[in-house]
Amino acid sequence: MTADGPRPRSSDWPLWEVFVRARRGLSHNHVGSLHAPDATLALQNARDVYTRRQEGVSIWVVPSDSITASSPDEKDAFFDPAADKVYRHPTFYQVPDGVQM
Amino acid sequence: MYGASFGHDRESDATSDGPEAGSDLAAQQDRFDQLIADDARIEPRDWMPEAYRKTLVRQIAQHAHSEIIGMQPEGNWITRAPSLRRKAILMAKVQDEAGHGQYLYSAVETLGTSREQVLDLLHSGRHKYSSIFNYPTLTWADMGAIGWLVDGAAIMNQVPLCRASYGPYARAMIRICKEESFHQRQGYEILHTLAHGTSAQHEMAQDAVNRWWWPSLMMFGPPDSDSSHTEQSMAWKIKRHTNDELRQKFVDACVPQAAVLGVTLPDPDLRWNEETGHYDFGPIDWSELYRVIKGDGPCNAQRLAHRVAAHDNGAWVRDAAAAYAAKQVARAASPEPAPAGAAA
Repeated sequence: MTADGPRPRSSDWPLWEVFVRARRGLSHNHVGSLHAPDATLALQNARDVYTRRQEGVSIWVVPSDSITASSPDEKDAFFDPAADKVYRHPTFYQVPDGVQM
Repeated sequence: MYGASFGHDRESDATSDGPEAGSDLAAQQDRFDQLIADDARIEPRDWMPEAYRKTLVRQIAQHAHSEIIGMQPEGNWITRAPSLRRKAILMAKVQDEAGHGQYLYSAVETLGTSREQVLDLLHSGRHKYSSIFNYPTLTWADMGAIGWLVDGAAIMNQVPLCRASYGPYARAMIRICKEESFHQRQGYEILHTLAHGTSAQHEMAQDAVNRWWWPSLMMFGPPDSDSSHTEQSMAWKIKRHTNDELRQKFVDACVPQAAVLGVTLPDPDLRWNEETGHYDFGPIDWSELYRVIKGDGPCNAQRLAHRVAAHDNGAWVRDAAAAYAAKQVARAASPEPAPAGAAA
């Protein structure tokens, strides 16, 4: 795994994030990542790594460095605006007994 | 959220059609028909008939436009909500409508039609939105009536759309329905509070229900006998129920809810029919619906003008965002030396 040689190591290849659609009608979900030299091989490798048991009917691969993620350190501040808005949930409202809604 | 527009694939598919294009087309049509028959979802990269694609673009875009225009009648009352609690709730609801418009415009984009195109169709009056939003909101009780009746009718329409045959539309509707459920309840709560308040408040609630009841029934669209799109949309499983079926379901749900509110529904012909197991209701004035659709409702001109103005007045924000992004790219490409003044 640490073998240094003339050949480029797979870790030098760009990282790809893999999204699989389990079946028609569902959205693609993130399942993991892998290294591959280009998009075509990333797709083939993703098929072999993540769908060996027919886990999906469609795959997306996306270069990991194309993804901008929110920072875990700023999680509280970032998501805080939704924290005190319980009135966005239907259970916040009293519905009189016997009313079907 | 549904990935990119897949319009390019459509083009490359078209250009790769060789001599066997005819039989290819037949095979693709068979495959499409089979997916629909199996109750499976059509996804953006699947082949689909042009008429199916067009119908979806029209329906989803009109739905998106309705969410966006629908912010106006309620936005009208944000500054005059009777308490901070009611104001926060109303803002949350209007924010949701904006979000729902965005989900739906994204779904349109998966069909290879850009957001700019459909916004242009709205702004130039070539695309419609739900006629209900062309009525004015005259009192605070209208916020209650809209939540209870207008959102109630919308939910009745939208729940079956969660099983629409086009995947991105169905998934957007699942999200929207989940979020809508508070909208109806908050409206019902407003009306319940007013209807059990002073006599003036009760009267205000009743007046709002009187004005919103019939337009809400019209939200389900023309009667089945006059609905030009229903049959094909049902064959494609975009629609799952006819307009009249959904309208009846809505009336049946509202009657007991109105009784608990203590308000009367403004229809002298409304009565339980033992035989059918449904409530019978009086004739709907369809000439009113067609008049409002044609542009002659109380607020058509105002709603569209406001929408266009909001879009135009927001141009500087879009320009500034694009300029800032371009500047960041330029900076990253060639780090500038510190400005001369900074060294001093």
